[in-house]
Amino acid sequence: MSPLPGILKGLITTARTALRPTHTAEYPDVAPELPPRSRGVIALLEENCTSCMLCARECPDWCIYIDSHKETIPATTEGGRDRQRNVLDRFAIDFSLCMYCGICIEVCPFDALHWSPQFEYAEVDLLDLLHEKDRLGGWMASVPPPPALDEKAAEPAEIAAANRPARGAGLAGGAGGAGGSGPRMPRTVRPRAAGSPRPDAGGSSPAAPSPPDAGEASP
Amino acid sequence: MSLLEATLRAASVLAAFLVLPLLVGQAEHKVMAHMQGRLGPMYAGGFHGWAQLVADGVKFVQKEDITPRAADRWVFRLAPAVALIPYLLAMATIPIHPGVAAVDVPGSLVLVLAATSVGALGTLMAGWASANKYALLGGLRAAAQLVSYELPIVLALASIAMAGGSLSLMALTQAWSPWWLLWQLPGGLVFLVAACAELQRPPFDMPVADAELVMGAWTEYTGLRFAFFLLAEYAGIVVMSLLFAVLWLGGWHGPFEDTLGWLWTLLKGFGVAVLVIWVRVAWPRLREDQLQRLAWLWLVPIALAQLLLTGAGVVMGW
Repeated sequence: MSPLPGILKGLITTARTALRPTHTAEYPDVAPELPPRSRGVIALLEENCTSCMLCARECPDWCIYIDSHKETIPATTEGGRDRQRNVLDRFAIDFSLCMYCGICIEVCPFDALHWSPQFEYAEVDLLDLLHEKDRLGGWMASVPPPPALDEKAAEPAEIAAANRPARGAGLAGGAGGAGGSGPRMPRTVRPRAAGSPRPDAGGSSPAAPSPPDAGEASP
Repeated sequence: MSLLEATLRAASVLAAFLVLPLLVGQAEHKVMAHMQGRLGPMYAGGFHGWAQLVADGVKFVQKEDITPRAADRWVFRLAPAVALIPYLLAMATIPIHPGVAAVDVPGSLVLVLAATSVGALGTLMAGWASANKYALLGGLRAAAQLVSYELPIVLALASIAMAGGSLSLMALTQAWSPWWLLWQLPGGLVFLVAACAELQRPPFDMPVADAELVMGAWTEYTGLRFAFFLLAEYAGIVVMSLLFAVLWLGGWHGPFEDTLGWLWTLLKGFGVAVLVIWVRVAWPRLREDQLQRLAWLWLVPIALAQLLLTGAGVVMGW
């Protein structure tokens, strides 16, 4: 009930904070320590872009502008067919509209867009926030390598895919797969028709898929 | 006193009046920042932002001086001066060294009391003349606070005057002895609390409670006039801190007081000012009714008891 202890506690807390080092980071003089995957600016790796327009279509506020044209590549072999490919003319992101949702980066099938932690691109004029292709490409230099995976994290999708055996191959030994990943059985591989019939499959057909290991359930 | 000496004394008081509040203000910037885990101003002037308040002053001078159309023009314009000048007067009477005060008058204690009360009138004038409901509410709160907290201050000072047997600050400081630290302690605490309230400092800043009243009586002020109100607040801290240091902590009493007396006075006063700042950082604002309750149910009775104790002590010859 007495107000005294709380009052003294307030004084003690402030005094103790005053004696400790401060938390202030003097930003313009000291670079801030940004966490991994910081969303500063979107960088463009132009060589990867196929002008597929997926990013521009998915962008919620329509701040990506893409212009491209088709070029014909003459046939390399005699009597072959000419091929066409897209050439990127303009790729621009208007950062005065961008809301940094990152959907364009998620949706890009060719890894042409990347997050860069660089954030110091404020402009006096709003119109200067429209970054064209070359400026977006310039940000690529500041894109950090992806951070290391956590311990016990799941395998990255591309490595898992590379470790997977080719379809129908390497099943004879039971423990298949390239890269020597041990007894782990890839789930998506269609099992051989020959084998012990599944107990719940009934007598439908001998071609019914059955797992090579008894523990593995059917998809 | 020759004209030259009078001019010299006035000039030195004016210099102290312009420098000491800035020192306290800068100390508040830095102490408050560190108590909140921040650094405070770091750039103005180069070394740890020592010139921040000078820069603030320059900024205030550049701003437009606006008088609202509906305002009571003359009262509105006069209010900052009414808030500021009394503290100048009060500062002049405070003894800082054995036998040294800018103005040594026999009843300087009464003079200081009167002057600080007039200072609070400036807030009242500002609140009334602004023609703004927030300013008016702030002014009324300031008036209520002034009425409640003048009494504890007067009672606490009366106790000191009884103990020292004088109404002159110089004579009271002369009569001070370390025994007063204990004997006059309750009165001293009452004075500290009441002084914070009289200055409308947190946790007693209901008249300027920014979440409720924008800026209270100062809402309509801009530029230099607003800066004068701020300066008056910090000058008030200086005056109240020095007053407490002189009357309760013995002012110049200390080692080598014949040569270093002024330093002891200033150091003690600065210590009290830091305490005022500390309290501001640590404690939340009281509610208006809690404020009145504290004054009438705690401070006034304690001050009366102190007066009784002092009376007994004087009669018994402690």
